[in-house]
Amino acid sequence: MTWPHETYSKIKQLPLEEQVLPGTSLCAGCGGLETLRLAAKVLGEKVVFVNAAGCFTLLAVYPFTPFHGSWLYTTMGSAPAGAQGIRDALDVLIAKRRLPKEEDLKVVVLAGDGTTYEMALSATSAAIGRNLDFYYFCYDNEAYANTGVQLSSATPYGARTTTSPCSLQHPAGTVREKKDIFEIWRAHRPPYIATLSARYPLDLAEKLARASRIAGPKLLLALSPCPTGWGFDPFQTPEVARLAVETGLWPLKEAVQGEVTHTYVPKRRPVEDYLRLQERFRHLFEPTRQEAAIRHIQDRVDAYWSRVRAEPPR
Amino acid sequence: MTMSGELLTGNLAAAWGARLAEVDYVPAFPITPQTEIVETLAGWCERGDLAARFVTMDSEHSMMTAAGAAAAAGARVFTATSSQGLLYAFEVLYTVAGWRVPLVLVNVSRALAAPITLESDHNDVLAARDSGFLQIHAETCQEVLDSILIAYRIAEDQRVCLPAIVNMDGFYLSFTREPVSRPEPDRVRAFLPPYRPSHLGFKASRPQALGVAVLNSVGYSHFRYQMHLAAMNALAVHQEAADDFARLFGRRYDLVDGYRLEDAEDVLVMSNAFATKGKAAVAAARARGRRVGLLRLRVIRPWPSAAITQALKGRRTVAVLDQNLAPGLGGILYQEVAATLGGEPDRPRALCSFVGGLGGRNIAEGEFEAIFARMAEAGERGRGVGPILLYTEEDRRQMDQWVTIAGNR
Ligand SMILES: Cc1ncc(C[n+]2csc(CCOP(=O)(O)OP(=O)(O)O)c2C)c(N)n1
Ligand code: SF4
Repeated sequence: MTWPHETYSKIKQLPLEEQVLPGTSLCAGCGGLETLRLAAKVLGEKVVFVNAAGCFTLLAVYPFTPFHGSWLYTTMGSAPAGAQGIRDALDVLIAKRRLPKEEDLKVVVLAGDGTTYEMALSATSAAIGRNLDFYYFCYDNEAYANTGVQLSSATPYGARTTTSPCSLQHPAGTVREKKDIFEIWRAHRPPYIATLSARYPLDLAEKLARASRIAGPKLLLALSPCPTGWGFDPFQTPEVARLAVETGLWPLKEAVQGEVTHTYVPKRRPVEDYLRLQERFRHLFEPTRQEAAIRHIQDRVDAYWSRVRAEPPR
Repeated sequence: MTMSGELLTGNLAAAWGARLAEVDYVPAFPITPQTEIVETLAGWCERGDLAARFVTMDSEHSMMTAAGAAAAAGARVFTATSSQGLLYAFEVLYTVAGWRVPLVLVNVSRALAAPITLESDHNDVLAARDSGFLQIHAETCQEVLDSILIAYRIAEDQRVCLPAIVNMDGFYLSFTREPVSRPEPDRVRAFLPPYRPSHLGFKASRPQALGVAVLNSVGYSHFRYQMHLAAMNALAVHQEAADDFARLFGRRYDLVDGYRLEDAEDVLVMSNAFATKGKAAVAAARARGRRVGLLRLRVIRPWPSAAITQALKGRRTVAVLDQNLAPGLGGILYQEVAATLGGEPDRPRALCSFVGGLGGRNIAEGEFEAIFARMAEAGERGRGVGPILLYTEEDRRQMDQWVTIAGNR
């Protein structure tokens, strides 16, 4: 099966205009920034970003902003509620003819995984429940990165963070599984959910284009390699992003009205290829190889994809 | 036409305040004793009596964020909460004030858990006193309604641009019907013009960035100090609004409300609805020959230092009756009043601190009489007393009985 690209099938079709201008204070090689850069190209400039505390809060540092559009920093736990207030106000002002329709904006929550998977989850759940017409863009770097790379519910099994160090008692580091936020969103029955990777820009852009044709809550969940937190050289960001997908650890998929489609089915390289590149998994290989932990990660990926094969997209 | 003498609860008066202000947006979350306000507004929005969007939010944290964000987008916003709800929104109070957006939040004062209770005192609203929200504390249901209109006038003024809290006491005002004169919509429009901010609003043609990081102390100090100056501007803006209000509606509201202060040697300072009890006690004490008066603090943020000093300087004794208790300190407003008078050469001979009315506990006339007696004594000795908790023998016996029943003795 090949996933039909309706809007973007060639790199040349991506908008040339940059919506996130260079010169921000984010780390060199930040994979999250690249996902945002690509997504913002498709969203265009009639956007208001509603930001929750995290690395991306440092995109707009007074008196500079890298965006053509608007920005509102809220709090860590309530960016979806900020989106609600803006969306409602725009609707009311347009309805009362105090704001011309052309002035309308896309309302986009911009948040990390800590916010998305944890602190703002109840605010998000409620916003989806109210069928809020908004985009939720999550750059998932699998940790609370901005505060120094602590464990979040998006941290995967086997990763070491500053609050889940590996020790004699916990040789594998984090031993809980990454929360499945895709399925948590899907259980709320929003019209659109997608996973993204900056290394697959056409897939990413196509999903943004699809999302923008749909009213209601839309999740865009981008795995965002973080050289600082994950421990690799900034030049390796694209490779780490690619291997996350090619090993099958980060499935590229979408759910339209709840129907899941895998938009790319990788040949699947061993997970080890991905893990080995990163300092956060180094303890799985040195000083002794932790076969059981590596096996566990591989088994889980295998089980995922065998379920995908068992349930082909309808 | 002015409807005079219609019986409204404080909550209904608050809902009418929002309706007359023709608000655009009401994000809400339930908490007793505030619910009647948002239930009423929900009904009006549903039936089209008020052209606003009403949204039930998932928490006060979300509610305040939505309220602030909508205000930042250019809508006139109203919301209401109480007690634990106000505390749950705390992080966002500071955030919204920092965005410098106007909106009005009615807080129906209720004591804070634990232990949990439904009845009123002021630890909730006073905890928010440094958030950047302006604070107006109402004594009557009429004042609740009027203060909402005044609060919008001040909050939306270009010299201020800060959100405001209008406070009323739970149960004592929220569910008490009093005659309220409901201002006529046309006149309200003359007093409070439609909200058309030229400087705020998210729109395609003029992007704005709000709440951006500063990451340096120079920027942070600048913006924080700007908030302070804006809040101080609200003192003058309040007086202009009060003048206009008096001209249009015949009711006058000052920063502080003096009762029988002319020749009073001892002055009791209070706020909110219990001030009515205090005034009655002053009248009774006057009849018995005591030269006492009462100063009600109406605007608590910005803190009206000059008005307070003016009213209290040269008195023999000033006592503050706080309906809050800051554990390890005493009464909050006492501290602020004492600090205000501290630098005054003509300051009162004695400053006293009383704490009472906690968790809605009544203050009986006899207790006021005891306070006046202590004040007179303190004035004669030239030394203040307190903090003294108003707690009677009867209260103690009641408590002993409960402790026995609970099996702890
Ligand atoms: C209420 C609150 N608690 C804690 C913080 C501190 N804080 C700032 S950024 C951050 C990490 C956010 O993590 P995530 O959402 O994953 O974004 P990232 O840092 O990875 O960009 C935290 C915990 C905060 N800003 N607010
Ligand atoms: S810590 Fe990671 S996510 Fe944050 S800016 Fe740096 S690279 Fe990006």
